[in-house]
Amino acid sequence: MEGTWTKLALRIWVALILLFLFIPILLIFFYAFNTSNIESWPIPGLTLKWFSATWDDPEIRSALALSLQAGLAATALALVLGSCAAFAIHRMTFFGRDAVSLLFILPLALPGIITGISLNAFFSFGGFPLSFWTIVVGHTTFCIVVVYNNVLARLRRTQGSLIEAAMDLGANGFQTFRDITLPLISTSVVAGAMLAFALSFDEVIVTTFTAGAQNTLPIWIFGAIRLGQRLPEVNVVVSFVILVTIVPVVIAARLTGGGGAARVPAAR
Amino acid sequence: MSVTTAGRLRKNRGAAPLQGLFWRLPWLRSVLLLLPPVAWFVLIYLTSLVLLLITAFWTIDTFTTQIVQVWNLDNFRLILNEPAYRLIIGRTVGLAALVTITDAALAFPFAYFMARVASRRTQTILFAAVLLPLWASYLARVYAWILILNHSGILNWSLQWIGLPPANIGYTYVAMWIVFSYIWLPFMIIPTYAAMERVPETLLEAAADLGAPRWRAVRDVVLPLAIPGVVAGSIFTFSLTLGDYITPILVGGAGSTFIGNVVYQSVGIANNVPFAAALAIVPVAIMAIYLLIARRLGAFEAL
Repeated sequence: MEGTWTKLALRIWVALILLFLFIPILLIFFYAFNTSNIESWPIPGLTLKWFSATWDDPEIRSALALSLQAGLAATALALVLGSCAAFAIHRMTFFGRDAVSLLFILPLALPGIITGISLNAFFSFGGFPLSFWTIVVGHTTFCIVVVYNNVLARLRRTQGSLIEAAMDLGANGFQTFRDITLPLISTSVVAGAMLAFALSFDEVIVTTFTAGAQNTLPIWIFGAIRLGQRLPEVNVVVSFVILVTIVPVVIAARLTGGGGAARVPAAR
Repeated sequence: MSVTTAGRLRKNRGAAPLQGLFWRLPWLRSVLLLLPPVAWFVLIYLTSLVLLLITAFWTIDTFTTQIVQVWNLDNFRLILNEPAYRLIIGRTVGLAALVTITDAALAFPFAYFMARVASRRTQTILFAAVLLPLWASYLARVYAWILILNHSGILNWSLQWIGLPPANIGYTYVAMWIVFSYIWLPFMIIPTYAAMERVPETLLEAAADLGAPRWRAVRDVVLPLAIPGVVAGSIFTFSLTLGDYITPILVGGAGSTFIGNVVYQSVGIANNVPFAAALAIVPVAIMAIYLLIARRLGAFEAL
């Protein structure tokens, strides 16, 4: 076992890393209540006025609407495709199994700009004008893997004997799926869907190359920060986006016991 | 026999062959299930990547900005011969390497504490504490550092408070180094932790029995076995830094152009997709070389 001093040093190290990870995130929430429109520390006072100003801004509203719609559409598609893949891979061991898993994680492991300009070239050569649906196609591509990982992990932990018992008692394939398999995997499907939505809602790089002239919320944020304009509203929007991306993780981690939300290869 | 029974029988007979077929050929169901997602990836994603690769060998007509579909190596020749691009590539790779090393150094003691010292409960809490910033909006986390590092931000205020001169590192390489290390740190902690957690305590006990002090056991037993995890994490930290252009734009300031920035400008401003494609292949090629070296070193064997 570690000596007392080593343990103490490790504890201090962990505490410092946690502060490093969380102080910046918490700071943004403070700035959202800043009375001044100059972003300096310490903030002179607290106010709620930027929240209503942000909510009333038509540009931000339409960006929010686009982000929600694209996120929901991409999540729905990723849900179907990711679950299909998880069921297929779970059922059999075949030579291409690892290749398929690698293929699915590729859009998250490769820099977004590669996926972005590839899809951009694909759409322009294929004669598809950039639209709502090109955003959805791009987002679905990198969202599939989170649904796939969650559902596959759950299927691996599910006991095959339950399904065999249902079959022995005379249930047909559909009944078994509806009454046994679906309830067993449902929380992992929900977790996967929430994480896929969180991923889509915050994505900026692939979106830049697939959105054309439309603004999603992250594209609006990027533009505003870059120009240094309307930062009080940026503070509010960014706080909101942090919540939208964090809350699904908390729920997903509860539903799957943590591992499902790892996003990086964590467990085998 | 009534009509309805006959109808039901026919219906059952209609469903049975499919189920029977699945029973006799269990792979068939998997293939049918796998078809849509794999088709999506092959038809859209892989086709796009291949198209990018092909485009890199084309050029554009400088007057009309139309793509000329003639195979040539002009783009690559320009990238290799022009000192400005070599500088940009060197800067990007250098910073990506620095960020990866920084994250590995920050993550190792953290992951060690999580995997080998912390109680089960603390382990779960720390895991969640790493997951939250991993998922929290990328843009938000970059933006937070603009607020921290700017001239009248919390960093300079804190320095002043303890009587030190202001740091003024906003919009510099140092700022990019901090922000990249911050953003990708959770991507390093989780796989490193996962690899360390798999090291059986008995190995450390054996090392202790053979007379190794704890630090020696950590260096000679835990560290080598954790390397695959660190490599898995470094794939993310290295690759994501290599291709980024948002952070250099937002916190890098003047003269901090990355590969990604030139790619972004080539598509968005110059409309030179072939050149952008050729340049985008550079990080992919670097990653491929990196993965090959990692594999040579045996980093994937334990994964």
